[in-house]
Amino acid sequence: MPWRLLKYGLQSGHHEPRFFPESKPLKSHYDVVIIGGGGHGMACAYYLAKEHGITNVAVLEQGYIGGGNTGRNTTIVRSNYLTPEGVKFYDASVKLFEDLADDFDLNIFYSTRGHFTLAHTDSALRTMRWRAEVNKHYGIDSEVVDRQIIAQEVPYMDLDCAGHSPVMGALYHAPGAVARHDAVAWGYARGAYQRGVEIHQKTRVTAIRTQGGRVVGVDTDRGPIQCQKVISMVAGSTPRITEMLGLRTPIEIFPLQACVSEPVKPFMDTIVVSGSLHVYVSQSSRGELVMGASVDPSVLHSTRSSFDFVEGLADKMLDLFPFMSRMKVMRQWAGMSDITPDFAPIMGKTPVEGFYLDAGWGTWGFKATPISGKTMAWTVANDQMHELIQPFRYSRFADFDLVGEKGAASVGH
Amino acid sequence: MKLFDCPVIGRRPISEFDYFGEVRRPPVQADGSVAPDVWSDFVFNRAGAPGVLREWWYHRPTGRWYVMERDTLKDEVLRFIDIQEVRYELPA
Repeated sequence: MPWRLLKYGLQSGHHEPRFFPESKPLKSHYDVVIIGGGGHGMACAYYLAKEHGITNVAVLEQGYIGGGNTGRNTTIVRSNYLTPEGVKFYDASVKLFEDLADDFDLNIFYSTRGHFTLAHTDSALRTMRWRAEVNKHYGIDSEVVDRQIIAQEVPYMDLDCAGHSPVMGALYHAPGAVARHDAVAWGYARGAYQRGVEIHQKTRVTAIRTQGGRVVGVDTDRGPIQCQKVISMVAGSTPRITEMLGLRTPIEIFPLQACVSEPVKPFMDTIVVSGSLHVYVSQSSRGELVMGASVDPSVLHSTRSSFDFVEGLADKMLDLFPFMSRMKVMRQWAGMSDITPDFAPIMGKTPVEGFYLDAGWGTWGFKATPISGKTMAWTVANDQMHELIQPFRYSRFADFDLVGEKGAASVGH
Repeated sequence: MKLFDCPVIGRRPISEFDYFGEVRRPPVQADGSVAPDVWSDFVFNRAGAPGVLREWWYHRPTGRWYVMERDTLKDEVLRFIDIQEVRYELPA
């Protein structure tokens, strides 16, 4: 990279090829329409083109690429889940993430940090042991560690939590990582674009047309499109899309807020999460502390952020890291989380033929970006559920066959 | 800080309230015959799209329950609802 930069500096006229040249007019027909130009939508388009040769694809995005939850999450990647279904799925995702920069020829700032999930109570520690055993069974690096090891690895943390709720141990997951979320969406989008996929930003879907129970097209604010296959990958806007088809889902939208501090010198090389205190923190490559909490208490379709959130977060954060009292909060924001009752996603085919759903990503969607794109592309190309997403099928609620992931997904991120 | 204008106890911070979701009517039948798909729809599925919802809120300090009509797009409480409006008879 430095050589490239030097060459670039010395040449006259600084032309850097644009990632996404101006979009063309909409065509009247596509083989596949993907609603939502976030990480998941772009990954799906990428794998459709790269692995299945399906390139007559349009990605329709109401805002701009990666401007939704892809750009609002706290970028943590991990696979230490609780259920075998979840562990296998997220492990496949971590493996894809590790090779993504090479795959894209783009630096996604993937940084393996090690991930501590603190336990402050006996019951939390019991869940950690359970998770560690499930993880180890599936070959994932995950173990329960004691206070001494936490004190060594995170020496600046007050393990007694100001006396309120002392840390008893932690689940340690060495492959836990952070990445630059925008770069992941851009890398997938560029790869998809280079293979012929059309990306249409500022294009809102207003209706999905069906005939005899199957999809025949979509209406947009830029005109109608004919297509046999539509994939909805819109996270927090999912209920607005499923409502167009009269499809009932268990998804409810709760805002999830996060914030960053002013940048400081690098000191924190691990990711620290406390499920009991409902906080998590890591230090970005820019030096900012990236912090978040659990979702807001009531349903809301809005990305407003609140003072209550920062106040509540600071209260807990200062128990763990008292020195943060002198740091300033730089920015705060919110994303709309599409929460499911079992904290697992809803993926694949639906009762409407030709309509595929990739939703229910709640607070755990970013880490699944590569694998959801890959498995959804496979499912759409073969019109058959990929085995990794079979447990997350739409019909599992009607079958009373849920995937109880709350113990590992609710605050862990 | 977000405040609720409560008709009974006046203006209170929202942090004093707990949220218990949409007011819904269980599909109970006098003879107990409810099809499994009706049950699963009631247990799991929700009106997820933005709109006006009637929701249960519990005020912790006074231990009182309220039903409010709220716009879930704008986060505006439209009105407090008399419990009688949402009551229903359980089959004998």
